Parts: sequence; C-alpha cells; structure tokens
Amino acid sequence: MDSLTIIAAVSIILAGLTTGIGGIGPALAEGRAVASALTALATQPDASATITRTLFVGLAMIESTAIYCFVISMILVFANPFWNHAIAQAAGK
Amino acid sequence: MRLSPDQLIFWQHGFIKLDATIVFTWVVMAVLTLAAWLVTRRLRTDAHRSRWQNLLEIVVTGIVQQIDEVGLRRPRRFLAFLGSLFLFIGASALFTIVPGFEPPTGSLSTTVALALCVFIGIPFAGIREQGLRGYLKSYVEPTVLMLPFNLIGELSRTLALAVRLFGNMMSGAMILAILLTITPFFFPIVMTALGLLTGMVQAYIFTILSAVFMAAATQRADAAADPNAPTTSINKE
Repeated sequence: MDSLTIIAAVSIILAGLTTGIGGIGPALAEGRAVASALTALATQPDASATITRTLFVGLAMIESTAIYCFVISMILVFANPFWNHAIAQAAGK
Repeated sequence: MRLSPDQLIFWQHGFIKLDATIVFTWVVMAVLTLAAWLVTRRLRTDAHRSRWQNLLEIVVTGIVQQIDEVGLRRPRRFLAFLGSLFLFIGASALFTIVPGFEPPTGSLSTTVALALCVFIGIPFAGIREQGLRGYLKSYVEPTVLMLPFNLIGELSRTLALAVRLFGNMMSGAMILAILLTITPFFFPIVMTALGLLTGMVQAYIFTILSAVFMAAATQRADAAADPNAPTTSINKE
C-alpha cells in the first residue's frame, strides 16, 4: 500500500469509530438525565419550567461531547488536512 | 461536498470574497430589521393591536422572562444583546425551509464570531454590575490556586459555545445532503422538520448559556447563596 491508500483507509475507519464510540457516552448520559428529569417532573409538576430549562441546558452540555466527535469525523471525511497535504505532495512531484 | 457555506463563493475581486455566509447573514439581518421596522411603525396601546405587534410583544416578553428566570437581575439591560443573539440564530435556523438558503450559523466563522461577542460581553456585564475589582476577584475564588482553571474554563466554554452551534447546524445540512442521495423523496422532509426543531433548541440553548455565564459573572458570592433571589418582575411591569 502506498501512503495515500493508508491515509484514506485510516481516515475513513477512524471517522466512523470516532462518531461511533463518541456517541456511546453522551447517549447513556442523556438517557440518565432525561430519566431523572422525568422522575423529578412526576414528583414535582409545579417546578416543570425550571426542570425543563435546566434539562435543556444540561442536555446541550452533554451533547456537545458527541458533537465534537462528529465534527472531527466530518473533518476527517470531507476536509482532511493529511489527505490534502499528501495530494499536494503527489501533485508537486 | 461542502462542509460550510464559506466555500460557496458568489463574487470575488482580489482578496475580497463574497461567500454564502456573508450574503445569508446580511439577508437574515435585513429581514429581521425590516420586519421589526414595519411592525413597530404603528404601535398601539389600546385593544386594537395588530397581529404582528402581538407576536413581537410575545417574543420580547418571553425573552425577558427567560433571562429573568436564569437569575440576571434587571433583565431589560441584557435584552438587546441576548435577544439579538436568539433572534439571529433562531431566524437563520427557521429560514432553512426556504429552498437555496443555507444557515449562516452552519459556518464556523459565524459561530466563532457570536461566541466571541459573548466572550467579550461577559466581563463587560460583570464589570458593569460589580466593578473592576469585584469582577477580577471572581477569578481567584475560592482560592488563588484556581486562577488558571478559571481562565481555562473561560476560554473552553467560548470554544464549546461556537463548536456546539456549528456542529448542530452543520450536521443538519450534512445529514440532509446524505439522505438526498439515499432516499430522495420523503425522508429528507422529516429530517428538515427535525432540523427546524433542533435549530430553535440550539438558539434557545446558546442564549440561555450566555445568560447563565453572564449571571455567574454579575452575581456576588453572597447574593448567590439565596436560590430564591431572582424575582419574576416581568409580571409586575
């Protein structure tokens, strides 16, 4: 395998792994957060506005971990700096 | 495939580029300004208000109430900044139902600019509320040892604000483009509807997080001890 093939293969595989593994933690965390919020809503329906707002803000915080992984995957697939560098090197030869 | 509307260039002269991000930012700003100007031209205080005036009043009082519930005292002082943020992000998310429109918030340059506004706005609000000394003192609490961590936190939450909004808006457009090649007819419409929802949620979250950061910067340590301190003054006005 030449270096271009290695770069392409590693980038594609890692892009999938990044989102795949990076999605596990936030998914579990969001499930726990929503479950706790629903329990709190069931016991205290009066505080629904506060609970919902805090839940949304918390979910956004948790979700950003998954979003970071997704952004890295997208960069690896569509705007890969190593791939561009290798292409530029190959074109310059 | 384009990762952001930055790469769609309409017009270029030398190093001056007119890309889709700038064009659609100005479109959103123009629509918001024009709509606000048209509605507020004939404001009435009696019962015969226009529908649009009612809409704007609901939006403004809703934003004030949300800011107030976060814990910022005197929410009207922050309405201009936080309300503009919410309206801009929300409008650019809602306009995606217009074909050909790409949300300017799907570009990292826009979201970094918005996050930098918040980054500068937080110390501004903090110094205005509790003075330069009082604000700088909040960096060395609880001890001086926490100073670097407070500074890192300040930077990382700005980065998080920018990347979160960018990732959400970009992923919506990206998933839509991928789905169009796989299942062209029905499923992209469902995802567009979901994208509208997440766009509004992201606008809400961006505004609320900025308000929370500002509230943390403006409140003194002794005032923050009372959880019932924020009052719902909006109902009394």
